[in-house]
Amino acid sequence: MGEVIVVTSGKGGVGKTTTTANLGAGLAAHGHRVVLVDADIGLRNLDVVLGLENRIVYDITDVTGGHCRLRQALIKDKRFEGLFLLPAAQTKDKTAVSPDQMKALCEELKQEFDYVIIDCPAGIEQGFRNAIAGADKAIVVTTPEVAAVRDADRIIGLLEAAELRDPKLIINRIRPRMVRHGDMMSIEDIIDILAIDLLGVVPEDEAVVISTNRGEPVVQDERSRSGQAYRNIVRRIKGEPVPMMNLDEGGFMSRFLRRMIGLS
Amino acid sequence: MLEFLNRVFGREAGGSKNVAKERLRLVLVHDRASVSPQLLQTLKTELIKVIEKYMDIDEEALEINLDSNETQVALVASIPVKGMKRVTRHLASGI
Repeated sequence: MGEVIVVTSGKGGVGKTTTTANLGAGLAAHGHRVVLVDADIGLRNLDVVLGLENRIVYDITDVTGGHCRLRQALIKDKRFEGLFLLPAAQTKDKTAVSPDQMKALCEELKQEFDYVIIDCPAGIEQGFRNAIAGADKAIVVTTPEVAAVRDADRIIGLLEAAELRDPKLIINRIRPRMVRHGDMMSIEDIIDILAIDLLGVVPEDEAVVISTNRGEPVVQDERSRSGQAYRNIVRRIKGEPVPMMNLDEGGFMSRFLRRMIGLS
Repeated sequence: MLEFLNRVFGREAGGSKNVAKERLRLVLVHDRASVSPQLLQTLKTELIKVIEKYMDIDEEALEINLDSNETQVALVASIPVKGMKRVTRHLASGI
């Protein structure tokens, strides 16, 4: 029996879909059977982030509406054995799937997959309520900005009200240099405010833009720092204790030396 | 230790993040203190019950609100008193 994890944030544009894609690909790379469910009905995006947009025949509303069998709507990933996508509908709205249908769908997927990861739509309306209906656990994604952290706080309250206790936090797009200069909230600042457990921190990284352009999750990019950050998060989800990555470019000494010779 | 090093190397955390953090803290105090009108009404009814044991109050003019300044949130009640009640014997005997 697998577990259902919903990836949510409140605010849009903080990296829910990118996170979902990378966690899914990363878990599949460890040999798990994973299905990613795009619950952002009407604004389908997980397919393009994964580079699977050309393969969609049926979507989630075809499954809940009984127009096809679940197996027919699942799209197999090109690169990762064991990774599947259940795409959102593009032409319907957020009420096209009810919370009860979502629960039933999650129950069915749990029988066959180790991890069911749901990409939640932005906002706190019905789309959010549908997306979390069948979840066992929640991951909250935020960025180090006032608006994103405020919305994350609201989402944490709503998750707890919906009995999804103990959500885990991913801080995305942190810029270590700005944090060092006191111009961006640090990991500690955000944890202090939100008071939830940290699952991981992903640095701002051009590699994410490049990999998303190509439709390839950055988690498979061995050289990128964001890829490493996602690989660490994946191992933490599996229950391994992985220390938080040192986000400073270069070690302390190299920064010290660069500063001495006036490079930074 | 890290803070000390930051200071030595001129990376004193005095930038805009402190502004962000403080603004966020205040806005969250308000967000988290959001109280439904229904809850406020229940509170009002029960408050009246308690106070009426001791004083004659003007129920119609009673006002209860959540108020906040820059550092805290307060429950502010304005309760016009018409007169004192004669405290009953068992209350006076110290219960």
